[in-house]
Amino acid sequence: MSNTKTLTLPAADNSALKEFGKRLWSNFVSKVLPPLLTLVFLVGLWEISCSQPGVLLPAPSEVISETWELITEPFYDNGGNDKGLGWQILASLERVAYGYALAVIVGIGLGVLVGSLDWAMRGLDPIFQVLRTVPPLAWLPISLAAFQASAPSAIFVIFITAIWPIIINTSVGIRNIPEDYSNVAKVLRLNPLEFFVRITLPAAAPYIFSGLRIGIGLSWLAIVAAEMLIGGVGIGFFIWDAWNASRLSDIVLALVIVGLVGYALDRMVGAIGNLITRGTSA
Amino acid sequence: MTTTQDRYLQVQNINKIFTRDNVSNQVLADVNLNVKRGEYISIIGHSGCGKSTLLNIVAGLTTATDGYVILDGKEVNAPGPDRSMVFQNHSLLPWLTVYENVALAVNKVCKHKNRKERHEWILHNLNLVGMSHAIERRPGEISGGMKQRVGIARALAMEPKLLLLDEPFGALDALTRAHLQDEVMRIQADLNNTVLMITHDVDEAVLLSDKIVMMTNGPKATIGEILDIDLPRPRSRIELANDEKYNHYRGEVLRFLYEKHSKVKPITSSKKTEQTTEEKTAEAS
Repeated sequence: MSNTKTLTLPAADNSALKEFGKRLWSNFVSKVLPPLLTLVFLVGLWEISCSQPGVLLPAPSEVISETWELITEPFYDNGGNDKGLGWQILASLERVAYGYALAVIVGIGLGVLVGSLDWAMRGLDPIFQVLRTVPPLAWLPISLAAFQASAPSAIFVIFITAIWPIIINTSVGIRNIPEDYSNVAKVLRLNPLEFFVRITLPAAAPYIFSGLRIGIGLSWLAIVAAEMLIGGVGIGFFIWDAWNASRLSDIVLALVIVGLVGYALDRMVGAIGNLITRGTSA
Repeated sequence: MTTTQDRYLQVQNINKIFTRDNVSNQVLADVNLNVKRGEYISIIGHSGCGKSTLLNIVAGLTTATDGYVILDGKEVNAPGPDRSMVFQNHSLLPWLTVYENVALAVNKVCKHKNRKERHEWILHNLNLVGMSHAIERRPGEISGGMKQRVGIARALAMEPKLLLLDEPFGALDALTRAHLQDEVMRIQADLNNTVLMITHDVDEAVLLSDKIVMMTNGPKATIGEILDIDLPRPRSRIELANDEKYNHYRGEVLRFLYEKHSKVKPITSSKKTEQTTEEKTAEAS
């Protein structure tokens, strides 16, 4: 008896493992392989075109060899602004976290207000529509004048950049709640608080999360630009500093990292949204 | 005593005028209807005749321009759980599971029950419609017929004085519809609810109802005729198919809809008449 058990178990495990391996392989072929091949092709093209004599931009091989120290030691700290790329990114992420968190709280609040009250919508919506077209960096001088310090100014720029899509999407989501749902609520005589928690928020959640996703993307776009102007530790100023010191390879490396972090942020908010709004769109 | 039983639901002189951009459109004119307790009433009429508006007025979701609705001695002027409604497109909340959808209603309406009793009541009602196997599924994961079952369970769980069905089987395929109609008859035999159902399916109306309320075409639609369906229960669709009385009732309703109050005038356009006959044969099959 025990013999057959020991014989059958590994066999069953094996097939499960094979199944898993198959899935992994098909995923790799369909999702990872195409961008990988494209990347290899593009980097190859870049390498060839930038290896010609007289070209001013560094080739990828050059970038890697010149920035090897930055890549291998992301968390060194020589005091002042001379910190590893890890610290620079974390400093930028911290500013984004503060500004974005504020934008989420205020944006959803205002979005709910504009979405549910007709007079709030008529009064505020035109103002929002005008303000949202103001470029993020145009807010920087005003906020520097108001706060008299660079740290809160950068956070304010993130806040004011991220808030508009959050407000607008939230209000649209709340205004688009299907009449069926409100009829159900009326028959059940849900009170306004219950209606808000049980119907409004879940029904608007997909809209809110698409606003949040646009917001995080814009925040990350704005932080790099804002930091170039305010200085201090942060990936934006790192790029500006590298430009002043003519370290083009550092800039290329920083751009790659900015892109990867932005992608990760976008995916993160998207994943949270999918988790929370699971089933809502069905 | 007998008068309150005979007039459990009273619809009195209901008029409804919709006004948009200074153009007023009278949808309902002088609708009067008395419903006995435990009666199953179908309202049938061509689309656009205002039957949904009438149901919404009884539900309290729409206010009548004139007239009033009295249920069990009290005037109705706002929606409430004593008139629970089964919507045509089920109206389940997609972010809640089957269980939670019914629980939302039960927890709100059955405050007199404790937690355990409410839990049992939810399961009891889901069991009644044959959905106890899928209580953890979400509406997106179950079929249209199953969604409508859950919608019925939710409405029944509120223990309404009056059950309102707004074309409850309209969005379902013919086989699922027949199956659900049988289920509703079985449940109705047990619970003996007072039911007001909107339909445009003649067979469904004759099979399920004690009375069929036939509405004239709008604008200014009103009740044209009321047909008593005197068929013994339980009713079986197979036995009734060759029943003389059943076919007589069917004929009456069809005559009302297609001769006396035909939506399309037969002579004006021959093409349109063809469509009506097609509809007729579709109904008959």
